[in-house]
This record gives sequence, C-alpha cells and structure tokens, in this order.
Amino acid sequence: MAFQILLNFFIAVVWMFMNSSLTPSTFVIGYIIGLLMIIMTRRYFRDRLYIWRIWSAIKLTLIFLKELILSNISVLMLVIKPDLSTVQPMIFAMPTDLEHDWEITLLSSLITLTPGTIVLHVSDDQRTLYIHAIDVNDVDEAIDSIKNTFEKAIMEVRRG
Amino acid sequence: MDLIADSIIIALVVVGIIFTIITVVGIIRLPDVYMRAHAASKSATLGVMSLLLGVFFHFWWNEGHFSISLVLGIAFLFITSPIGGHLMSRAAYMSGVKPTELTVGDDLKIAIDKQRAELAKNTHEE
Repeated sequence: MAFQILLNFFIAVVWMFMNSSLTPSTFVIGYIIGLLMIIMTRRYFRDRLYIWRIWSAIKLTLIFLKELILSNISVLMLVIKPDLSTVQPMIFAMPTDLEHDWEITLLSSLITLTPGTIVLHVSDDQRTLYIHAIDVNDVDEAIDSIKNTFEKAIMEVRRG
Repeated sequence: MDLIADSIIIALVVVGIIFTIITVVGIIRLPDVYMRAHAASKSATLGVMSLLLGVFFHFWWNEGHFSISLVLGIAFLFITSPIGGHLMSRAAYMSGVKPTELTVGDDLKIAIDKQRAELAKNTHEE
C-alpha cells in the first residue's frame, strides 16, 4: 500500500515538472492522473488498490466515533442511576484472531471506548483479551457482536 | 450564519462540560477502581474533546484563526486516554486490588493463578 501511495506522489511530482509549474493545483491534477494510471495498471500490483484500504480506515474511524458517543451515553445513564447496587460487573476472557501488535493495540483501544467495557490484560500469547464489563445483564451478549464488527473492520483494513 | 456558528460552539462546550461533570460524579459514586476507570476513560475523553472542538471552532469562525495545535491536541487525547485507562486498571489489578463484591465472574484471576502455579512449579523443580 505504501508503495502505491509513493508511486502516486512520484507521478504527481513528475507531472509538476513536465508542466514546469510547481503549484498545489498542478500537484492535485498530477495526483489524479497518477491515480488513474495506477487503476489502469492495478493487475501488476500484489496488494489491492490503496484507496479501498483508506476507505475501510475511514469506516473504522466512523465506527469509533459512533461507539464513543454511545458509550458516553451509557456511562451517563449508569452514573445517574439512583441505585448502584444492582449493577453486576464482570471480568471475562475474549479470544481474538488478530495477529499483529498494532491490530491488538487498536482493538483494545476500541474496546476501551465501547459501551461498558475496558481491557484489563492481554495474555502473553496475544490470543486472549481480558475485559472488564460494567454490567453483565445487557452487555455480555451485545459485546460479542460489537467485537465481531470491530475485529472485522480491523481485518478489512489489514487485508492487503 | 453567526447564529448557527454560535449555537454549534455553545452546544459543543455544553456537552463537554456535562460529560466532565459526569466523570467527576462517576468517580465519586462508583464502587471500585475498575468501574471508576470506565467513567474516567470514556467521559473525560469525550468531554475534553468536545470542549477543545468548541474552542477550535470559536477561534476559526469568530476570530479567523485556524489553530492546528488544537486539532493535534484532540488527536493525541484520542490516542492516549484509552491507553491510560487500560494501564491504570491493569496496574491496579496486578498489584492485587480486589474488584467490588458485586462482581459476578473473574476469568483473569483464574488465568493468573494458573500462571503463578506453573511458575512456582518450575522454580521448585530447578
């Protein structure tokens, strides 16, 4: 992916030199031309076209913002609840399929900002995350689906 | 136009203040350190973030000054505050702070006990 972006920049710079006008608008035109060239020659690259990867990263950011707002509303509801003795916190283990370090860091940051969950510990073999959930009743099942969306979105970003 | 800009700024600042207050109330009311970490790591992030965003929009639209360092501040806050919440609760757990009695299950304790038993066995054999 980085190679495709670098190539695109290089084509844009070459376009600027060919026009002998070093302005930002020439760069943008050259970048678009380079993008078209990369789209036309995409079967020579091993990875998929880099704009899809950027698009899935943007989707992940949007999910992140949505979950942040939802989690804040749920914390607000919990904090202003009159009787706190009915909540049932729990620490549970969740297996994960992610392999690279940055993916696991990203997943645990996302989990920490989702409604009602905080990552306490990552096991030494990086296969299990230990998560503190604030209320078992409504969270425990909903969590798994959230995890699936997050893990899937991160895998989508990684897919080369 | 000014009215719309001002209402967006005021809404952002009010939301920020509300969530900062929620953080404080949560830290006082919730029973143990892990549940307090929930309030501290989530509400404080959104609270400070929307305050900074309101300040950013105010200086951009009303004063004509585009402050890129405020945007950087928002980004840094986003990256660092969940890690901070995670590290503090992990340090608390590893140094033996018990969760509140309301806690219904504890998978991490089982895992740690198993690891410690293995470690003790290995050192014993040596």
